[in-house]
Amino acid sequence: MIKAILIFNNHGKPRLSKFYQPYSEDTQQQIIRETFHLVSKRDENVCNFLEGGLLIGGSDNKLIYRHYATLYFVFCVDSSESELGILDLIQVFVETLDKCFENVCELDLIFHVDKVHNILAEMVMGGMVLETNMNEIVTQIDAQNKLEKSEPPVMEVHLQKSTLLERKRFLHL
Amino acid sequence: MESPGLTFPFGTELRCHTLFFCCEATPESEGKSKEAEIKRINKELANIRSKFKGDKALDGYSKKKYVCKLLFIFLLGHDIDFGHMEAVNLLSSNRYTEKQIGYLFISVLVNSNSELIRLINNAIKNDLASRNPTFMGLALHCIANVGSREMAEAFAGEIPKILVAGDTMDSVKQSAALCLLRLYRTSPDLVPMGDWTSRVVHLLNDQHLGVVTAATSLITTLAQKNPEEFKTSVSLAVSRLSRIVTSASTDLQDYTYYFVPAPWLSVKLLRLLQCYPPPEDPAVRGRLTECLETILNKAQEPPKSKKVQHSNAKNAVLFEAISLIIHHDSEPNLLVRACNQLGQFLQHRETNLRYLALESMCTLASSEFSHEAVKTHIETVINALKTERDVSVRQRAVDLLYAMCDRSNAQQIVAEMLSYLETADYSIREEIVLKVAILAEKYAVDYTWYVDTILNLIRIAGDYVSEEVWYRVIQIVINRDDVQGYAAKTVFEALQAPACHENLVKVGGYILGEFGNLIAGDPRSSPLIQFNLLHSKFHLCSVPTRALLLSTYIKFVNLFPEVKTTIQDVLRSDSQLKNADVELQQRAVEYLRLSTVASTDILATVLEEMPPFPERESSILAKLKKKKGPNTVTDLEEAKRERSADVNGGPEPAPASAASTPSPSADLLGLGAAPPAPAGPPPSSGGLLVDVFSDSPSAVAPLAPGSEDNFARFVCKNNGVLFENQLLQIGLKSEFRQNLGRMFIFYGNKTSTQFLNFTPTLICSDDLQTNLSLQTKPVDPTVDGGAQVQQIVNIECVCDFTEAPVLNIQFRYGGTFQNVSVKLPITLNKFFQPTEMASQDFFQRWKQLSSPQQEVQNIFKAKHPMDTEITKAKIIGFGSALLEDVDPNPANFVGAGIIHTKTTQIGCLLRLEPNLQAQMYRLTLRTSKETVSQRLCELLSEQF
Repeated sequence: MIKAILIFNNHGKPRLSKFYQPYSEDTQQQIIRETFHLVSKRDENVCNFLEGGLLIGGSDNKLIYRHYATLYFVFCVDSSESELGILDLIQVFVETLDKCFENVCELDLIFHVDKVHNILAEMVMGGMVLETNMNEIVTQIDAQNKLEKSEPPVMEVHLQKSTLLERKRFLHL
Repeated sequence: MESPGLTFPFGTELRCHTLFFCCEATPESEGKSKEAEIKRINKELANIRSKFKGDKALDGYSKKKYVCKLLFIFLLGHDIDFGHMEAVNLLSSNRYTEKQIGYLFISVLVNSNSELIRLINNAIKNDLASRNPTFMGLALHCIANVGSREMAEAFAGEIPKILVAGDTMDSVKQSAALCLLRLYRTSPDLVPMGDWTSRVVHLLNDQHLGVVTAATSLITTLAQKNPEEFKTSVSLAVSRLSRIVTSASTDLQDYTYYFVPAPWLSVKLLRLLQCYPPPEDPAVRGRLTECLETILNKAQEPPKSKKVQHSNAKNAVLFEAISLIIHHDSEPNLLVRACNQLGQFLQHRETNLRYLALESMCTLASSEFSHEAVKTHIETVINALKTERDVSVRQRAVDLLYAMCDRSNAQQIVAEMLSYLETADYSIREEIVLKVAILAEKYAVDYTWYVDTILNLIRIAGDYVSEEVWYRVIQIVINRDDVQGYAAKTVFEALQAPACHENLVKVGGYILGEFGNLIAGDPRSSPLIQFNLLHSKFHLCSVPTRALLLSTYIKFVNLFPEVKTTIQDVLRSDSQLKNADVELQQRAVEYLRLSTVASTDILATVLEEMPPFPERESSILAKLKKKKGPNTVTDLEEAKRERSADVNGGPEPAPASAASTPSPSADLLGLGAAPPAPAGPPPSSGGLLVDVFSDSPSAVAPLAPGSEDNFARFVCKNNGVLFENQLLQIGLKSEFRQNLGRMFIFYGNKTSTQFLNFTPTLICSDDLQTNLSLQTKPVDPTVDGGAQVQQIVNIECVCDFTEAPVLNIQFRYGGTFQNVSVKLPITLNKFFQPTEMASQDFFQRWKQLSSPQQEVQNIFKAKHPMDTEITKAKIIGFGSALLEDVDPNPANFVGAGIIHTKTTQIGCLLRLEPNLQAQMYRLTLRTSKETVSQRLCELLSEQF
């Protein structure tokens, strides 16, 4: 089972946290900090698995992570999950984000908290893998977008992302 | 990390931005802007709060915007204590956008105890009934994410219907399967098994692979608890797997991931099969073997893509197949192939694969078939220990060396671990120390090697040598006289080092105090030199070590009369006699006095060599288990223990009497009139040993360590703590009248996490059942963190009985299964009614009960101080009347009473004669029934 999914940047700022076991708000923040501490001090090119921190359940749990430029994607899982399977799942998650946001960047995760959660919800539910097929996930998200658009329009969103940041293309598939 | 085949996303650094609101502190300006961040967030929260509370109704967009902001603020670690009501309103809306954001807020921010759950449940109920697949999906997600008991109560009956209904859409089926799984995990008692179970199994044949994946996860969890009910899933899973494995990579279209057909589903199916033994049906078995062979073959084929995703997916399946092969542990051919494959991975350039190979080999090492094959890789593993850059990988290498260790390679492995210890990461040193200590003890052919190894451990990593380790070496030296001289010589030499670790001083002090005489013949280690050497370390040591050394000195006074005056001078010095530390001062005063007043004979008796310690399981093992978590070490240890049971008479578990290793310094001398009575609950480490036995959920755990002691404590009293470990405390309160009784059992959850499936069971043997009738009601299967639940047992004594019922408690804590058994102190004497009588009556009845079957007598040594008042209290606590002025000898105790059973009443007389000089008792019981005399005598004898 997946206990938690965390995304934070190189400075440890959380960008997404999703816990599939009840933890108090305080503990959630401590887990994020602990995990950041464990993961960020590791060299590049070492292995992608390590034993979980004490707060998330110690050595019964593993942290499986990938580091993408400015962001760490960390899945905390128990022994019933396949390490390599989860590693690929992180990749599917990122590729899906990229498809849905067209060149996703860190800001997208902040501006679209809801969307990111929705995409994740299509992949993982209650700590179990729901869907792994990217096309299926994207189809579901597209259907949601369509549904949103079909509803009477709401006030226009004034996002000025482009003026704030030069966007870098981030997935060269 | 492996270099991924993609160039990477998230290349944009994020700086302060004003879009949402500027709330981020950049690391360069941490201090000041942290304050600014909090200020800004508080302002924003106040703003949102006023918007929510304001008179003007918010439009849908604004609501959504503010809820999103709250989510983001929450993510940054700030408490959000409002907005829930707005979220509930949103999710009750008919607009998709509002509903969706409302559900999102609730699943991120509501904990399972919220009162809002009822409102939310209503909305969910409507959405589930809406037949709109999008709404149903949102509702199911919310249930799965919150997963509270209230939700389980409301929906556990409904969801199986959605799952197996013919007209349910695939995406909803997927969600329903995982939703049900979540509810089963949190509240298994609320998920009814029924017709749907067989139909769920058939989902393994579903067209839609997403549905099959979700269903496989569900079935795996259900099958772990109800293997019989889901047995049919084995053949279906095998045929599904076979179809995937043999399919061309294009057959499964979207579910083919980088040329690997449905890797996640394959992994899940292989996991499901690990819930069962190898299939019995030869056809199914053959097909499965074929699948596994195909997977192993594919590993040898050239990769279809250079992308790391391809090899990850392929190897994920391969590792899972190997796990299944190891789990079945029945096909030597496959096991050898698996071992060879893992051997290849040990040298792979991908760190991830080396890590996983080391990990899998650990489990393989415990299989009879492949233990030898694993051992052939020893050089590679040792090399990994020396050259791996990543500490996680090195740790796996240590684990594997530990797992593959046996008599043939113990010396090599221990030597390698010791040399690695010199440079090992601080984070894993303590664990390595424990492992070395365990291996050195377990595989010691020659105990001089063991002593050397432990002293080396202290030298290299003294700070990481815990008490358990050095207590253990002392126990072993004391128990084996063949190694005592060598140990004395070795510690003496080790102490010569100008700077030695305090733990070495402790071990050295203790061993020389006991066996220093064995080397005193050598002029280079004469008594005075030994003393001076130890005393030169004295002032650098901590208080407990100094206390231990003082005890060593007084032992020297006995061993070597020639240094008596030197030692008395030291004891008499102000720094000892007037030491600010009470313990040190007291020892100095008492030892000095003892050395002056006691004759040589008395000194020799008081300061006699320590008797051998009772053989017991090494507490180091328990410590290692604690460090590694109960699940990781247990299986391996169990397997290893079975293999090595005969080695060295092994550290066999001693089920009932095992307690933690006692501190030798605590009762080094056994000074004083008598040892203090053991009091209080069993040592907390006793609970660790419970884990060792609690592997299989169905089996009843053997009695918890200390259970017998605790049982005995309750013979003469009715209330108190019966059992305690780190998780659970069991308290008792009971009352008895005539042949009836009532016992209140209190189960306290000492943790902050819920216990699930909490099931206490009373177990009586058939014999006992006919004589003692117990009635109770089941307790709530969930025990919240910090909570206490109570169970009432109604007791009726039908006929006299000897055994005691066993209370077995099983529950899940976190991910682990706990299983504890304790003897429940319902004893025959509880049904005593005291009877007062005069001296004349007593002796008249005493004579009437003089046939040999009626009298049982026991002569035994006192285990506790022989205190008249305590003895009286115990006899009264035992239930009989205490008759004064009856026995002509006033030092004796006599008692009388009637044991009430449903069928009969049995008169009982007892007499206890203490002999202070010999520290012995004689206890005589006379009753009209032989078995009663026998049992009462047994019970009461244990009390003194």
